[in-house]
Amino acid sequence: MSAQTLALAFFDGVAYAALVFLVAVGLTLIFGVMRILNVAHGSLYAFGAYASVSLVTGIGLMGWSPWLAYPALAIAAALVGIVLGTAIETLLLQRIYAKEEALQLLVTFAVFMVLENVQRLIWGVQPYFIGEPVQLLGNISLGGIEYTAYQTLLLPLIAILVLFGLRLFLKGTLAGQIILAVTEDREAATAIGINAKKVFLITFIIGASLAALGGALAAPTTSILPGMGTDMIVLSFAVAATAGLGQIEGAALTALLIGLGRSFAVYLAPEFEVLTPYLIMVLVLLVRPQGLFARPEARRI
Amino acid sequence: MPWRAILIIVSALCLLAAPFAAGWVQSFLVLAIAKGLAVLGIVVLLQAGQVSFGHAIFFAIGAYATAFISRAMAGGELVSLLIVSALIAGLVGLVIGLFVVRYRYIFFSMLNLAFSMVFYSILEKFFHLTGGSDGIRVLRPSVLGVVLERESFERLLYVVTILCAIGFGLLVDRYLKSPLGQALRAIKSNETRLEYIGVSARRVLLVAYVVSAVLCSLGGVITALAQGLATPEYAFWIRSGEFVFIAILGGASHVAGAFVGALAFEGIRNFAAILFADGWQMVLGLMLIGVVLFASEGIAGLWVKLTAKTAAQKSEAAQ
Repeated sequence: MSAQTLALAFFDGVAYAALVFLVAVGLTLIFGVMRILNVAHGSLYAFGAYASVSLVTGIGLMGWSPWLAYPALAIAAALVGIVLGTAIETLLLQRIYAKEEALQLLVTFAVFMVLENVQRLIWGVQPYFIGEPVQLLGNISLGGIEYTAYQTLLLPLIAILVLFGLRLFLKGTLAGQIILAVTEDREAATAIGINAKKVFLITFIIGASLAALGGALAAPTTSILPGMGTDMIVLSFAVAATAGLGQIEGAALTALLIGLGRSFAVYLAPEFEVLTPYLIMVLVLLVRPQGLFARPEARRI
Repeated sequence: MPWRAILIIVSALCLLAAPFAAGWVQSFLVLAIAKGLAVLGIVVLLQAGQVSFGHAIFFAIGAYATAFISRAMAGGELVSLLIVSALIAGLVGLVIGLFVVRYRYIFFSMLNLAFSMVFYSILEKFFHLTGGSDGIRVLRPSVLGVVLERESFERLLYVVTILCAIGFGLLVDRYLKSPLGQALRAIKSNETRLEYIGVSARRVLLVAYVVSAVLCSLGGVITALAQGLATPEYAFWIRSGEFVFIAILGGASHVAGAFVGALAFEGIRNFAAILFADGWQMVLGLMLIGVVLFASEGIAGLWVKLTAKTAAQKSEAAQ
């Protein structure tokens, strides 16, 4: 393996890790606060991608400046996160917080089935592709190879911004502190006057928007197909579980680990491309069942 | 007790007679009951409160084991196909089970989903071995050395399916009422206490996992034989989701729930497929939400409640 392919695999892996991180961090945030695994998270990712395809294509048809594609990606993500996030949380999740875990899982799984179907009804099964946002930023040349600036600079940059932004928000602002308080002890937080319901709704919208943002940013780099949501929910769960559910910084490192593992597999042993993330997850969970960065919980009798 | 025997015999006779009403009924019932067998596997795990989102993997393993044997031996033989395929699935279930029984709830569900997704992509990617997304054709096997015509083979497969359903239904019922089955239920109510009385929860769950893998694979074998085909779609997550859905719809409180649920589900599907051809999955999802929110005990739960009520009324009247 030459230095060039090594570099290629590295940048590929980082770009991929950035996207996976955005989805996984939303998943892990929702789980940390609400103790619910949102299986529909993969659909939110897919909706983010499809919505941005529609918006960007719309901008092209109207003949507006192609630079508007970038705000369009963000708008698509926010739109999906707020509309679908609010609908799912208020209409369904609020009714099931008291139910047993298996039933909660089933409900989010059912939402996933419904959304996958709705997505197919709206956008059909044909693949979509929007390349403009990648082409506009041009290429950068490193060691004689051309890389797209979108993937080598923009994606990692946004992932880092989200990581530190979330950290600052949770640790440095009152709203963030309130969310952490509910995570720590919901009853005590409610007792001192925190509106846990509202916190849940806001957390879910933030998490959903992050998943949609992942999808929106992924849209220009790959072709958009049905089934992308399924792949992503399993993969982002693998990242979140390997890190330890609820671990935000851990999710970033694990996304990087799994992203790099996968892209090196593409070059070294292509048959194992799909398997690598799961192999990494299985190996980690065998040694540390609670994940890399979480402390084991005391057993309750 | 005799009531139960009568009920089983009457429903078996009804099932045997049903194909005479119309030709399509038989192939419909074979597939529905095969699905019921797979759902029975999910019901076993539900006793411990665990939901697997990936059990279609064992359905597919059964189907592909049959397909490979069929390809290698120009059809093979029905009884040995059933036994060997179920054994293979049981072995795979043991290996995967050793890993997943360490986990509960979310992890259990999602790890199963991960395994089935990996298997699905292997089936699709390793084209030269598995035929890719077209799958493998399954030839008509001989039965105990006798080569049958298509029509009589299908009739025989139907009878075998019914026998499997009754036999495994009764076996699973016994298993769930045995100490091992009771220990399985204790995992749901309080696992730590189970460990305190000296029972290994992991081992209890592992047995259940292997049982459920074998049941799912039998469903897969019968489906592959009935359709003459094994495709990667058998391992797809939507199928796993269907199994879980039927288990919840039928209700986990009684083994009959799996089969009643499967028949109801396939029946509904035949109508819904005509009414909402593209929206079938959505209908399924919405129904699942409805059942979870408003009738989480399923059809079997309603039945158990109803019989408990009439029994209570009877004893009241006697007093």
